Formats: sequence, C-alpha cells, structure tokens
Amino acid sequence: MDVTRRQFVGTGLVAAAAFFGLPQIASAEALEDAINAFTGGADAASDGITLIAPEIAENGNTVPIEVDAPDAEAIMILASGNPNPDVCTINFGPAAGRHAASTRIRLAGEQDVIAIARMPDGSFKQARQNVRVTIGGCGG
Amino acid sequence: MADNVTPRVRVPREASAGESVSVRTLISHPMESGQRRDGDGNIIPRSIINRFTCDFNGVNVVDVTLEPSISTNPYFQFEAVVNETGTFQFTWYDDDGSIYEETADISVS
Repeated sequence: MDVTRRQFVGTGLVAAAAFFGLPQIASAEALEDAINAFTGGADAASDGITLIAPEIAENGNTVPIEVDAPDAEAIMILASGNPNPDVCTINFGPAAGRHAASTRIRLAGEQDVIAIARMPDGSFKQARQNVRVTIGGCGG
Repeated sequence: MADNVTPRVRVPREASAGESVSVRTLISHPMESGQRRDGDGNIIPRSIINRFTCDFNGVNVVDVTLEPSISTNPYFQFEAVVNETGTFQFTWYDDDGSIYEETADISVS
C-alpha cells in the first residue's frame, strides 16, 4: 500500500464528514430566489451601504453584524452559506433615526454575508462581506 | 413553548427634542432553528420569534422579520428620533402565537 500520511489523513476527514453528515447548505438557487423576491430582479449598486461583520468569527452561533444604509426604507440580510439564506429584513418606519441596525446572526461556516437595501426611489444597494467561521452555528 | 422569555430594553432616560437616540433590545429566547437533531436523530421543530416591532408614541420605528439564522436571545440595536416625551412600545411575535411586550419611557426637553 502506497498511502502517504497526508492521503490517509485526507481520506479520514472525508469519511468523517460523510459519516456525521454535513449540514445541508443552501444552493445558489435558493440565494438567487431570496434576492429576487426582495429586489424583483433589479440590479443593485454597491455604494451607500455599509455592512460591518468580523473577518473571522470564532463562534458561528453569534456573529455580531452591523448594517448602515442612509435613507433606505428596508434592509435585507442574507447568509449565502446557511441552510436557509434569509437572516432578517429590517423595515424602517417614520420615527427611525439613522437607518442603521446591529444584531447577532448564526453562520454555518465560511461564507459571504450580504446586505441589500431598498431605497425610497425603488433602487437597490448591496454590500457583501466574507466571514470565516471557526465553529459553525447550525447544529448539523 | 419557550420558557423564561424575558425582554430587556435600554433607552436613554432623557433626550433633547429631535435627537436620534440609540435603542438596544434583547429578549431571551432559544430560537430553535429547526435544523438541529436531538439525541435520537429526530429533528427538533422550529420555534423562533418571527417578528419584532418598535413604535414610539404609535409611530413605527422599525419592523423586523426574523428568520432562523438569527442567534439565540435576539439582540437589536437601532436609532429612533424623539420629538416629544413619550413611550417606546416593543413587541415580539413568537412562532407559537405568543406575544411579548415591553415599554420604555423617555422624557424629552
């Protein structure tokens, strides 16, 4: 048998992953559907929205994020690699101050977090941030 | 369903008219995502808070739709413009139909 140590370890990892079952990850299609449901297929500009998320999150169960989109009437947050890509939709009412919010979200693994803002004139703005996760937060 | 659900909110006690004040809210809730399995391999059914609203004197500040990807003990921070003395009304809607409410007063000079 010509199995190097590296190959052996690799095979073991794959077998372990198959055995424990990886959490079901959202397909790109589900993400597209979620985005289209919000934007109606319109293109999104990338200016005028800020998404603050950590580059590396130790614990995928609570990842603090902050989103700021001046004048936006609603902001949708999506996690591209979660079993269900929707995270939350924040609608701002007339008494809202700065159109910004922070919350804590779950991330299954390394993935892009996406924020899309709907402006009062019907245009959309999008921001994207990659987050690496040490321990996933979706049970699995 | 969910036990010991305790809402907690923090708003400044005083503000000047027209000021944008920071509002912080936290509610203790397990936010069971419907993805986890128990010891016997059965899926634990989803049980989350699916909507959160905040009003100031009857005027909406934020209305948030929550999905299972929101962490346990959902936390939100946002800003509200206050023009007169009044009350913030916070409402959380649970999947099981429960509604949790909390209020906070602010005096504006």
